[in-house]
Amino acid sequence: MGGGPAGSLFTYFLLDMAERVGIDLNVDVYEPRDFSRPAPHGCNMCGGIISESLVQNLATEGINLPANIVQRGIDSYCMHMDVGEVYIDNPLFEKRIAAVYRGSGPKGIKEMKWGSFDGHLQSLSDKKGACIIDEKVTELRRQDGRIFIKTKTRTEQSYALLAVATGVNTAALKLLQKADLDYKPPQTTKTAIREYLLGTETIEKYLGTSMHVFLLDIPRLTFAAIIPKGDYVTICLLGDKIDSELLETFLNAPEVKGCMPPDWQWDKPACQCSPRMNVAPAPLPYGDQVVFLGDCGVTRLYKDGIGAAYRAAKAAASTAVFHGISAEDFRSHYLPACRKMTNDNRIGMVIFWFTKIIQRLRFVRRAILAMAAKEQESADNDKAMSMVLWDMFTGSAPYREIFLRTLHPVYLARLFWHSFMALIFPSRKIKPGLEGTERVTTV
Amino acid sequence: MVKGTLGKIYHKGEVIIRQGESGDCMYVIQGGQVEVVQEMDGEEIKLAELNEGDFFGDMAIFEREVRSATVRSLGDSSVLTVDKKNFLRRIQEDPSLAFRLVQSMSGRIRKMSETVTGLRISQPPWNRE
Ligand SMILES: Cc1cc2nc3c(=O)[nH]c(=O)nc-3n(C[C@H](O)[C@H](O)[C@H](O)COP(=O)(O)OP(=O)(O)OC[C@H]3O[C@@H](n4cnc5c(N)ncnc54)[C@H](O)[C@@H]3O)c2cc1C
Repeated sequence: MGGGPAGSLFTYFLLDMAERVGIDLNVDVYEPRDFSRPAPHGCNMCGGIISESLVQNLATEGINLPANIVQRGIDSYCMHMDVGEVYIDNPLFEKRIAAVYRGSGPKGIKEMKWGSFDGHLQSLSDKKGACIIDEKVTELRRQDGRIFIKTKTRTEQSYALLAVATGVNTAALKLLQKADLDYKPPQTTKTAIREYLLGTETIEKYLGTSMHVFLLDIPRLTFAAIIPKGDYVTICLLGDKIDSELLETFLNAPEVKGCMPPDWQWDKPACQCSPRMNVAPAPLPYGDQVVFLGDCGVTRLYKDGIGAAYRAAKAAASTAVFHGISAEDFRSHYLPACRKMTNDNRIGMVIFWFTKIIQRLRFVRRAILAMAAKEQESADNDKAMSMVLWDMFTGSAPYREIFLRTLHPVYLARLFWHSFMALIFPSRKIKPGLEGTERVTTV
Repeated sequence: MVKGTLGKIYHKGEVIIRQGESGDCMYVIQGGQVEVVQEMDGEEIKLAELNEGDFFGDMAIFEREVRSATVRSLGDSSVLTVDKKNFLRRIQEDPSLAFRLVQSMSGRIRKMSETVTGLRISQPPWNRE
């Protein structure tokens, strides 16, 4: 039920593993969206960043992202703060992050030059032998050890296992609560996404192949990013109940305007939406013959939601094929993968709490900028701050690992030193060698 | 090479990994073709040509040995690096991630066995062990 990343990847791995061990399975995927259509019909509303770790994991699984799906390969990011900005390059100088559209593009798109990411994953599960039913599930019940599903036009079908991957932006959550499944949905918060048509050349000139992230002192804003795509840029805001006032404040911030072209009209987006985001997991992401995957179950806090959907999908598929589909099987073999994410999210919360403090302390922001700028200039591989920022913004490493790296005595000593300097000399130029170049700017 | 391709672009003849050098990552071809060659007594022997989706350099993930062959781009190619740390971390959580890698290595062993058998058959009977 649901053919977004969680649903399609679950289907793909389920059929792949079943084939390996010689089990013949019939899988129906209920998905009402047509991913070959632009938003709102074909879009699953997201920033469209496929994290570095997910790109690598998928490649190792034999799932490569073709060039007609990847709108732009990202090789660096630029961190913007009120005290300045710094570019942080990928250590391998390689395009290791993919910027994609989940559907085939924003509302009103004229020329479809790229395909849909969700459509690509769906085609993989289709090729593995799944049957895609382009309808929404409207009724759901459990009887005599079978799960019964009905759509508007089709007769009721019964199944041995129901994998729910509906995300959180759907009325289906109510349907699931009413059915006899012991399901409580995850806690969510409202976010904001805006798409602007700038054209490939303008994007190349102003944003390049970098993701632009913002650490600004705007109340309730946890994280904001500008993601360059093919002809459009996506602006994403995450935080606490993002509303139009907060969005307007952000879009008018000098740091944001500074990295967009001068004639950019912030109030004329091509497409916009306010999807909900999972911020606390569903308490019980499984039951007898039912498993909840991706956003409607457990995901990573703020980052790499598609990567989390991949991990959950694979853990659930291997449980079903190699162990069984009872609640006990999912408890023993699927729950540990979910717990790992939930525990990591707790550390993530601590990191975001620190980030909020940093957003309020100018001298710490200056220290971070100085430390990152110094590392970027240096030829050696010791780039502790850059790597912490890189993994934090791209979602490539678990929060636990990022947190442990920030406790390293060398990292702490350097941060204290730079903070001390920023306190004593609040308006000192940060990096004379790089100052004024396009890689570092200070205010 | 199309714009959206992930990884790093290598041009014709460019060396991606060099025999004898140490390495701690493997590679997945995203687009184009590469050739694998082994240098022996100053001579180059071509071992294979690899295409989109193929892996190379994977032995470095499991061993601490130097690269056993040189890999060069044939025409323009784009190649994604998979770092050892990310890979091993994921394998801890999900050992089945190594399945495709093992499958590719097993394919290589099969090919090698066929080559060895072919070499033995092509020898005159008195020279076979
Ligand atoms: C603002 C924002 C930005 C984000 N940016 C990123 C990012 O850059 N990178 C990243 O990795 N993650 C990002 N995420 C998170 C990411 O979007 C989710 O984690 C991911 O989409 C989860 O996949 P899913 O398959 O669980 O759910 P979804 O992608 O929501 O897919 C659910 C599917 O179920 C279908 N469905 C719903 N109801 C029914 C029904 N009744 N019957 C049948 N089908 C149904 C829907 O049509 C849909 O296709 C972002 C999220 C938000 C809110």
